[in-house]
Amino acid sequence: MRIAVLAGGRTPERDVSIRSGHRVMAALSERGHDATLLDPAEVSLAEALQELHPDLCYLTLHGKEGEDGTIQRLLDLLGIVYTGTAPFDCEVAFDKVLAKDALARAGVRTPAWTVVEGWALRDLGAGAALGRVAERVGMPCVVKPSRSGSALGMSFIEREADLATAVMAALSFAGAAIVEAKVEGSEVAAGFVGEPPEALPLVEIVPKGGLYDYAARYTAGATEYFAPARLDDATSHAVTEVALAALTALHLRDVTRVDTIVDRDGIPWVLEVNVAPGMTDTSLLPMAAQVAGWSMADLCDRVVQAAARRTT
Amino acid sequence: MAEFSIDRFVDRYAARTAGMSASEVRALFAVASRPEVVSLAGGMPFVQAIPTQDVLDVVAEAFAEYGSTPLQYAGGQGHLVLRERLVDLMAEEDLVADAEDIVVTTGAQQALDLIGKIFIDPGDRIVVEAPAYVGALTAFGAYEPSFLQVDLDDEGMVVDQLEDALVHGERPKFVYTVPNFGNPAGVTMSLQRRERLVALCRESGVPIVEDNPYGMLRFEGMSLSTLRSLDPSNVIYLGTVSKVFSPGVRVGWALAEPSVIQRLILAKEAADLCGSSFNMLVTERYLSGDRWRANLASLVDRYRLRRDVMLESLGEHFPSDARWTHPDGGFYVWVTLPGWVDTQAMLAAAVERLVAYVPGTAFYPDGRGRNQMRLAFCYPTDDRIRDGIARLGSLLSDEEQLYRSLHP
Repeated sequence: MRIAVLAGGRTPERDVSIRSGHRVMAALSERGHDATLLDPAEVSLAEALQELHPDLCYLTLHGKEGEDGTIQRLLDLLGIVYTGTAPFDCEVAFDKVLAKDALARAGVRTPAWTVVEGWALRDLGAGAALGRVAERVGMPCVVKPSRSGSALGMSFIEREADLATAVMAALSFAGAAIVEAKVEGSEVAAGFVGEPPEALPLVEIVPKGGLYDYAARYTAGATEYFAPARLDDATSHAVTEVALAALTALHLRDVTRVDTIVDRDGIPWVLEVNVAPGMTDTSLLPMAAQVAGWSMADLCDRVVQAAARRTT
Repeated sequence: MAEFSIDRFVDRYAARTAGMSASEVRALFAVASRPEVVSLAGGMPFVQAIPTQDVLDVVAEAFAEYGSTPLQYAGGQGHLVLRERLVDLMAEEDLVADAEDIVVTTGAQQALDLIGKIFIDPGDRIVVEAPAYVGALTAFGAYEPSFLQVDLDDEGMVVDQLEDALVHGERPKFVYTVPNFGNPAGVTMSLQRRERLVALCRESGVPIVEDNPYGMLRFEGMSLSTLRSLDPSNVIYLGTVSKVFSPGVRVGWALAEPSVIQRLILAKEAADLCGSSFNMLVTERYLSGDRWRANLASLVDRYRLRRDVMLESLGEHFPSDARWTHPDGGFYVWVTLPGWVDTQAMLAAAVERLVAYVPGTAFYPDGRGRNQMRLAFCYPTDDRIRDGIARLGSLLSDEEQLYRSLHP
């Protein structure tokens, strides 16, 4: 197939995306596909796609440019099939304000949270209610931008006094901040590929510094990974179940990663979902695939096959 | 159940690489390098102002004059003809030097690394300014010292503080300073401070490393004696042609007493055998004759205008409780914002508004500088500087509103 791998873009995850894109391109070429990398920050994407006439687009754009549904809508308009989730579902999944609500409504276990909106602070005096946020969520908590990836703009705080600073930092990346209860336990990532979604082995994440922040994610050696995760069968099963429930609730497709945390009682909670999971050499999904005995080429090809079924 | 390693060499890296980690700020700079973003972050010289024909001419001259030598290895110390030109260049700042006391390095940055290599044992104390040039912190940092930061004020390093530290038993290996229009603060050390620093260090037996990349970019006022001229035997002086000619040729140098130069040459040979013969001889030709003077004068005029535009824009757009330095030369203005501002956290919002700067924390090894930022006026055009400062000013006013709403 002729495949355009979309990577790069103008978000802070540009470098991560380019690393993902190059690995995917190499894997697809190895499988005999005619793969070309297109960077929307370097070319006029619609024109480049019309010129290239790809059979399919493989999306490795991270952050809001690639995960919020915009690119997907454009590709729908151009009549080009692409890997991953449909526009509206991307929009919901990428925006934690919407996604958390959608998960809770579907009965998927996710940590208690509150939303702090920038405009409500500026125009409605919502700052006066900040104490309630801390009360509802409790300490310690995690503050993150509503729309951003790779833990950018995320803070872990222990004291209510640090809440305002953390909210300001998150609002630097997005219009709203999510303040979420911090569940103590092991972080476990669940990857799914194909249709119906096939669960990959779970990956357990143990950041050496204790926090899985940007540096812990992208510095080799800063985090230890255990794959498959060191969980008993019942717990593993429960993680896969809750992750699958999240995937179903949010209508995610082809390739997704659901980040969970297993608390001290062995109960899994869904932290967030990714519609364009990282495919770099330090990313979780390729790691899980490798444990399943798939090469990078197998992984990418399965994603492509899942998307290609939508060609009519 | 296997522990899964994403990097099979992870257990083999040296402990000193532990500080080399991925960072949010680097991720944001990947976006900031896009053309639509006004970058007040990088300190890139405006090399477009060097006429291409001048460069083509000197490359041709290098081959006409030196035959195939530019294509060959050089000695570890660097070509004598270049070192003689560097002696002349330093004379412009009234610094007397002997070509034998110079080692040519790959930019002054390599000299920083070599100085770290020959002087620093793990745990040694090194005195740097607060804030300090980040490239020196990273170069020295690889040799695992611990930093003693001495504050800067309008007259440069606060020598009283250093004296206090020495009285209280600090025994640093050396003092590192950028006395002229320093990076990042843009501050110049007064003559009185220079004399005191030199005297104090001589009495205490602590050598000084004087890094002077910007000295010839003076916009106004009289140039001041280099520390090296005040006390040649106790000062290791670093120079570069990056700001006078081009950072692309990577030509810098160290000037020091013969015993230090001998060690630096050995360390240099161990690192890369020798500098680029081609670049050294092209630089030698560029510094011959007078063309470099005219080019430099026009560059300095341009930088002066850009500084003026930046200072004027800051006055117009920045909050009244912000403070900034007024550099008499160089590339940078250093801004101190009200204490509630976190410039590192704010960078994402700035980039979203198409303007970038360097957050202050980069210039302190101990996490200070959260409410500070470095702004470079050397590279963007006047209009872009105005736009960039206006964007930052409006962001700061929105941030202030947000801050107030969070602290009702």
